Amino acid sequence: MRGVTELMQLLTPDGHRITVVSRARTTELDGSPTAPGGSRSEPPPGAGLPAAGPDSGPGGGEPTIVDIDLPAYVADLTDDELFGLYRDMVLVRRMDEEATSLQRQGELGLWASLRGQEAAQVGSGRALGPDDMAFPSYREHGVAWCRGVDPAAVLAIFRGVNLGGWDPAGHGFALYSIVVGAQTLHATGYAMGMAQDRSPGAAIVYFGDGASSEGDVNEAFGWASVFAVPLVFFCQNNQWAISEPARRQSRTEIFHRAAGFGFPSVRVDGNDVLACLAVTRWALETARAGRGPVLVEAVTYRMGAHTTADDPTRYRSSAELEAWHRRDPLDRMRTHLAARGLLAQERDRRLALEADTFAHELRARCTAMPDPDPTSLFDHVQVTENGLVAAQRSAFAATLDPGET
Amino acid sequence: MTSGAVIAGEQAADVGGERTGEPAGPMPITLAKALNLGLRSAMAADPKVIVMGEDVGTLGGVFRVTDGLLKEFGEARVIDTPLAESAIVGTAIGLAMRGYRPVCEIQFDGFVYPAFDQIVSQLAKLHYRSAGRIRLPVTIRIPFGGGIGAVEHHSESPEAYFCHTAGLKVVACSNPADAHQMIQQAIRSDDPVIFLEPKRRYWEKAVVDPGSPGEPSPNATGGLHSSAVVRAGTDATLVGYGPTVRTCLDAAEVSAADDGRSLEVIDLRSLSPLDLEPVLASVRRTGRLVVVHEAPSNVSVSAEVAARVTEQAFYSLEAPVLRVTGFDTPYPPARLEDHYLPDVDRILDAVDRSFGY
Repeated sequence: MRGVTELMQLLTPDGHRITVVSRARTTELDGSPTAPGGSRSEPPPGAGLPAAGPDSGPGGGEPTIVDIDLPAYVADLTDDELFGLYRDMVLVRRMDEEATSLQRQGELGLWASLRGQEAAQVGSGRALGPDDMAFPSYREHGVAWCRGVDPAAVLAIFRGVNLGGWDPAGHGFALYSIVVGAQTLHATGYAMGMAQDRSPGAAIVYFGDGASSEGDVNEAFGWASVFAVPLVFFCQNNQWAISEPARRQSRTEIFHRAAGFGFPSVRVDGNDVLACLAVTRWALETARAGRGPVLVEAVTYRMGAHTTADDPTRYRSSAELEAWHRRDPLDRMRTHLAARGLLAQERDRRLALEADTFAHELRARCTAMPDPDPTSLFDHVQVTENGLVAAQRSAFAATLDPGET
Repeated sequence: MTSGAVIAGEQAADVGGERTGEPAGPMPITLAKALNLGLRSAMAADPKVIVMGEDVGTLGGVFRVTDGLLKEFGEARVIDTPLAESAIVGTAIGLAMRGYRPVCEIQFDGFVYPAFDQIVSQLAKLHYRSAGRIRLPVTIRIPFGGGIGAVEHHSESPEAYFCHTAGLKVVACSNPADAHQMIQQAIRSDDPVIFLEPKRRYWEKAVVDPGSPGEPSPNATGGLHSSAVVRAGTDATLVGYGPTVRTCLDAAEVSAADDGRSLEVIDLRSLSPLDLEPVLASVRRTGRLVVVHEAPSNVSVSAEVAARVTEQAFYSLEAPVLRVTGFDTPYPPARLEDHYLPDVDRILDAVDRSFGY
């Protein structure tokens, strides 16, 4: 799979190689993973991770280098599966563009664009298995797609017709969490339960560079570590928390923080879908094997505004945007597929058509969503009847015009 | 309530029998012990019940309410947690999503605030957010109230914050028998319950049947969320909950002896939802109502009771609804707390004022 490893840009945005760091106490981490789907492939020259220099480890403790053979984790991918990752990213971006248009046209109240983060989300999302449970923040439309959540259900939240319209247990995908970082604790508790139930799966929780400053995230780091829960912390460092740059959140690299909590971490090029898939597969394997949590920092970029209510020209330069535009995750996968001869003109044309049809149908389904029954605002306040709410519902219902309910 | 039925006979044998060295039948025990036995019954009845909190395992809790549970049920079900209140509640939410029934202990009332977001924005709202798909049967036990001479943050009454939040149930026990039953009922509830324990009453004793599986108290008609008349009377109505129920009963004794007045005392037990039918029925007979709690008066449980009674029993009232509460100050240093806490004199003064209208 030479082509695959060639694509793996194991680089930081500044051009440095990724360093993989763990603390000495995690040396039991095995450097020879079983590649998904079969035997371990021969790593091509230079494909493994380099030994980090003396300045690459975290302060305190003795850093050890975990030599993850990343290519082995994606060696099983067939040509169709490679193209499938690209298709996922194309469709998710098309959904994102359509949702942005729908917001501009008044059909959605707000939209949080994932543009630029498709590789991090599809790569990690496709690493998940049926026994795994994902806990998203509120921008994980690409992960939702990978977990089989109806994109219209995601739009419904932003249209304001419900607060979370999918079945979390059925999809292995929790509801969106708008209070940033709160979900890391839910994932930690859920993973404790998985361990207690001897589940073969693991949990993964998504959060951002901004959330990494929240107390809940740091409590989750500590808790998950001391109880060695099967959990992958997946931080999409998209460089901006609305207007605040990542350097306002932390003076250290985010992935270095795990060392202080006593568990391994890795930083990955978040715009490389294969690298994200490989790293997440490794991290999940570590977690599922009972070795405790792993932190993955996927370095990526929020190419759009924070939400449609935001104006990023007030705080970041067009030169920065342009630099990241050159690292567009979709372009990189296109280049890779083309180099491997997997992007025939006809197939590319068919995918473009599929994306347009998908967006058209999504738009139609979105605009057809009716407002909920007014009295439904009283539904599901509690499992058991609450007399106060019941009385308010009756009084409210009596004020409605016939046909309004 | 869910029907997670407890098999009373066998539970009773375990709880009160050889294993714990307790006599099996009704016996006088402290409120703390009653909670302990209730927790033990709930854990024995349902393997999904997990107790978690700071010092709840090896130590048995700073008030010993979880004493012996670690030994009996093991580390997987009695978890000494890191000192992280937000995480105690946040992970309990995740455990509940996974099918567990966590019982969290917040060590003291004043330590619940770091968990406020997880309680108010997550625990309370996930059932609603998920259109009913997610149920979070989480019980959060909080020792509350003052009167033990403690340092700051150990004597507060934060109930109004939680009563104000849709999706939470808030209850307060006042005596050992109720404590034993209500903790089991709260754990069986499929809704999150804030369970307030009157810490200065932990060591007061009353007769409890340890085999009781949490059936409604003889005084309370409708289960966990029912209030109860704990002393019948005809001249005025006193309403309290948690630690002030005992104070109200003491006031009623004194009033009967000194003034010849017959005061009815009602224990609210459930602060959200409120069960005001017994209060309204009482006020319709007595025409006078005094509500008593340790929490400050501003936007408090007594404010809600006063508003609703005024709305629903206006023509029965001979006097405005009066309140005896903690002052609208921060909780004072321990040497001043006797001035802060409602006592018999302040209650009887309010009764006098009510009769003055």
